[in-house]
Amino acid sequence: MNKAAELLQEKFPEEVVEVTEFRGETTITIKPERIVDICLALRDTPQTYFRYLSMIAGMDYLPQSPRFGVVYNLYSHRNHNRVTLKALLPNDANPVIDSVVPVWTTANWHEREAYDLVGIRFRGHPDLRRILMPGDWVGHPLRKDYPLRGK
Amino acid sequence: MRRGGGVHPAWSTCMGIEEHLGYNILTTSLEKLVDWGRKSSLWPATFGLACCAIEMICTAANRWDIARFGMEAFRASPRQADVIIIAGTVTKKMMPAIERIYEQMTEPKWVIAMGACACSGGIFDSYAVVQGIDTYLPVDVYVPGCPPRPEGLLYGILKLHEKILQDPFLTKKYRERLALRQEAV
Repeated sequence: MNKAAELLQEKFPEEVVEVTEFRGETTITIKPERIVDICLALRDTPQTYFRYLSMIAGMDYLPQSPRFGVVYNLYSHRNHNRVTLKALLPNDANPVIDSVVPVWTTANWHEREAYDLVGIRFRGHPDLRRILMPGDWVGHPLRKDYPLRGK
Repeated sequence: MRRGGGVHPAWSTCMGIEEHLGYNILTTSLEKLVDWGRKSSLWPATFGLACCAIEMICTAANRWDIARFGMEAFRASPRQADVIIIAGTVTKKMMPAIERIYEQMTEPKWVIAMGACACSGGIFDSYAVVQGIDTYLPVDVYVPGCPPRPEGLLYGILKLHEKILQDPFLTKKYRERLALRQEAV
């Protein structure tokens, strides 16, 4: 089994929902509440050492519920491997998750993008503003129920 | 005056007065003279938005050589430019900047919509893209294509020249149109 999945199942057995493997890529589905602790453990444990956050993606799974999710793609330069963390957010009306900016500074802009386009709020983010759309834009255009041509 | 060659069409309004003056003086209408001067040295604004801008740059470079039409001086300041070539996809976020550049250009000024995106939004039928620059600016010439080749842009520019040559800028109709445009701004 993947070392990251092993680590999380040992340290956070309550948080891990599912571990899937597809063509050599590991995806760990977790509960969103302790995301910062989980990320810190993955970053600082020598066996995993995921010092690089390559992407954060905001997801909209409409018409499923839970509707919103956040996906973290991590990379370790030392071990030359990747892992995907996936957190589904329980609140469909107001999706919120803790910010991982204290773990990886690069998360700042990625979280602003997820907020701008999908409307996920990141608790504790230092500057949660729109990053791509104009500042006075109404709505979050990459949500599945957003009309293609805009409102 | 032009040496050797014939008289430019713009100069050849015949009112019979030449017979009295001999061949020393040419007569024409002020409008034709000014329009000829305007079309012969259009200065475009240095302004590109997407892949069409690459074709526009190509048009200005040695192979197609826009200098043949007196247009080699691409001005970085809109205050010195006569024509703005909207070369590429216009996003709604970019629109305030374009409007501001257009407003800073001095009259008389012209707009060329270059490429499918500037004409109609092109393939980007989406929330973020302006569906045709003519919803905001008065376009004089549309150049279709995705992107149009430099020949296409040059054809559009020559069409604009034709339009400028017929520009009745001293008439009441023109002044009314200008006033309308300034009200809209």
